[in-house]
Amino acid sequence: MQEMFGLFSIAKLLREIIGQYVSNPQWVDLFMALINIGGIFTLISLAAVVLVYAERKVSAYMQMRIGPNRVGPWGMLQSVADMIKLLSKEDIMPTGADKWLWVLAPVLLFVPSAAVYAVFPFDQQAIFADLNIGIFYFIAVASQATLPFLMAGWASNNKYSLLGGMRTVAQTISYEVPMAFSILGVVMLAGSMRMSDIIAAQQDVWFICLQPVAFVVYVIAATAESNRAPFDLVESESELVAGPFTEYSGMRWALFFLAEYANLVAASVIATTLFLGGWSGPWFPGWIWFLLKISMMIFIFMWFRWTFPRLRVDQLMSFGWKVLLPVALVNVLITGIGIYTHKLFS
Amino acid sequence: MVKTQTYTLNMGPQHPSTHGVLQVVLELDGERVVKAVPHMGYLHRGIEKLAESRTYTQFIPYTDRLDYVSSMGNNLGYCQTVEKLMGISVPERAEYLRVIMTELNRIASHLLFMSSLAIDLGATTGMMYGFRDREYVLDLFNMVCGARLTYNYIRIGGVIEDIPPEFLPATEKFLADFPAMLTEYHNLLTGNEILYHRLKNTAVIDAKQAFEIGLTGPCLRASGIDYDIRKIEPYGVYDRFDFNVPLGQNGDNWDRYMVRMDEMVESAKIITQAIAQLPDGPVMAKVPKILKPPAGDVYHRIENPRGELGYYIVSDGTTKPYRTHVRRPSFINLQALGEVCKGILIADVVAVLATLDPLMGEVDC
Repeated sequence: MQEMFGLFSIAKLLREIIGQYVSNPQWVDLFMALINIGGIFTLISLAAVVLVYAERKVSAYMQMRIGPNRVGPWGMLQSVADMIKLLSKEDIMPTGADKWLWVLAPVLLFVPSAAVYAVFPFDQQAIFADLNIGIFYFIAVASQATLPFLMAGWASNNKYSLLGGMRTVAQTISYEVPMAFSILGVVMLAGSMRMSDIIAAQQDVWFICLQPVAFVVYVIAATAESNRAPFDLVESESELVAGPFTEYSGMRWALFFLAEYANLVAASVIATTLFLGGWSGPWFPGWIWFLLKISMMIFIFMWFRWTFPRLRVDQLMSFGWKVLLPVALVNVLITGIGIYTHKLFS
Repeated sequence: MVKTQTYTLNMGPQHPSTHGVLQVVLELDGERVVKAVPHMGYLHRGIEKLAESRTYTQFIPYTDRLDYVSSMGNNLGYCQTVEKLMGISVPERAEYLRVIMTELNRIASHLLFMSSLAIDLGATTGMMYGFRDREYVLDLFNMVCGARLTYNYIRIGGVIEDIPPEFLPATEKFLADFPAMLTEYHNLLTGNEILYHRLKNTAVIDAKQAFEIGLTGPCLRASGIDYDIRKIEPYGVYDRFDFNVPLGQNGDNWDRYMVRMDEMVESAKIITQAIAQLPDGPVMAKVPKILKPPAGDVYHRIENPRGELGYYIVSDGTTKPYRTHVRRPSFINLQALGEVCKGILIADVVAVLATLDPLMGEVDC
């Protein structure tokens, strides 16, 4: 059953159906690629809609409220209604804005957020591009998201936006380093940067058991990378109004939002793949395990957001450089020693 | 060599965390504040001037609009001032009811302080918890006077009406639940490492500085000065209760937070004692329908949640006061903002504003 309902078998079935109508095998490949890309984009947009609703319900649950309950059954269509509202909103550009930078920023932010989905293993053999540098590709592409924030902050001609943009650069650069080191521990154990190899290496034991410190460092750094509380200094509502997003409205703002939730999913997917065994699990098809695990990770990220106060910018820096980075470095060192001794005795 | 320069940031009057319509003009060097100048007056309604064209009784609803999260205290201060001017003595039961109401209001006000501090530091859930429990107190007030915010309950000569029979059981239930609520806040906020490090040793106002600025209330006590008007100059029946005055040591944000959290416990203690001692009897003294205080002036002060609330009334012997002045604690406490903001980060400006806890309705009288 695991095989039968896996994404790979579904893709094979689709390929056979398309093959009946299209004779040229290259065209079949093209159609399949388009279906895959369409699937990924649908996932991203759908994730934003579902997660906004989920976040509101989770926050309501934590704050002893009810949350959205008017539109649709249990308020499930609330995000759809919000989306329609955002689409129909007036597009306002502040005077004195740097027009091209301002317009490009939300689009450019969305590009890396979507591009990282190429290397995500959704199921056994269901991965758009199983690069041999998969996890490295993720780090490289995800870090491109810094620039659009700075662009938005600079181009808005607003001091709050500029402050937010500057904070993003400082924050993402500081937290990328411990994040890369925490991932390095896993890569050392798996001996490969390929996503499928990393999952295959966890068939016996999940890396969260072998690399608990790296997991904690990764989760903290990933929270900071995706600009969520307690590291939401970029938008920090009570100080900077909305940071770089202050001057954006309607669909442009929605794009920022979409990217934010795409990043949240991405952070959860990487945590799942590196530490929780990815799609592997008994009985059910892989993609169900995958969804279950990322849902759990997303819930943890939401839990953080609705519990913790925000850090101050100097505390953020000192925590990143003086606590997280040394911990991650020591973890790499100990992992190295562990691997070496393991080799000695086996 | 790169040349740097400071820039000006207008924080407010439209800003998520300036507690109303306060404008703070910040001169910033990067994220660090060089100078902070609070600009007030956006909510000025001329209440002191209005008092001159209202009779003494008519002015009571206006006091509700000063510090609108502790209206009971405002009512009490004003009514006691007029009573002092006219030499009216208030029935015992009314005095106790006044104490119960003002102390309940102190709890509500400090809960609001805690909530706004939490949201200013980004802890949304902390805010929700505070507001949820403040609701219990507002329900109690709703029971006695039908209003949730502007009570107009305490009148010259007593209180407008006796409490309904369901009030005392409801209050006792609230007091019984209150320790559990406090534990929840301490688990969620006080025990939180991030909150502690955000508040500890930031924006220190030492005792001398606090004294010079003229801070009163929790802000002054956080600096270690034992100054509570309920103790040093007891008004009403406050000398009959046994309670402590929580003090801070450093005068930093953390102390200002902790002092208020501890004050809520003391207020609960006072209410418990007041309910136990509550006598029967009338709630209103025999007061003439038309109040004509003798010519003269009087100053009276009480301990409001935000500090020393004083009323100065000059009477010329007619039905309307010649001049009314209100010493608003928020207005004077806010003056510390410029002093403590020098050299701190922009994120802490928000925290200082939250712990000084100015209320714009009171700042702009």
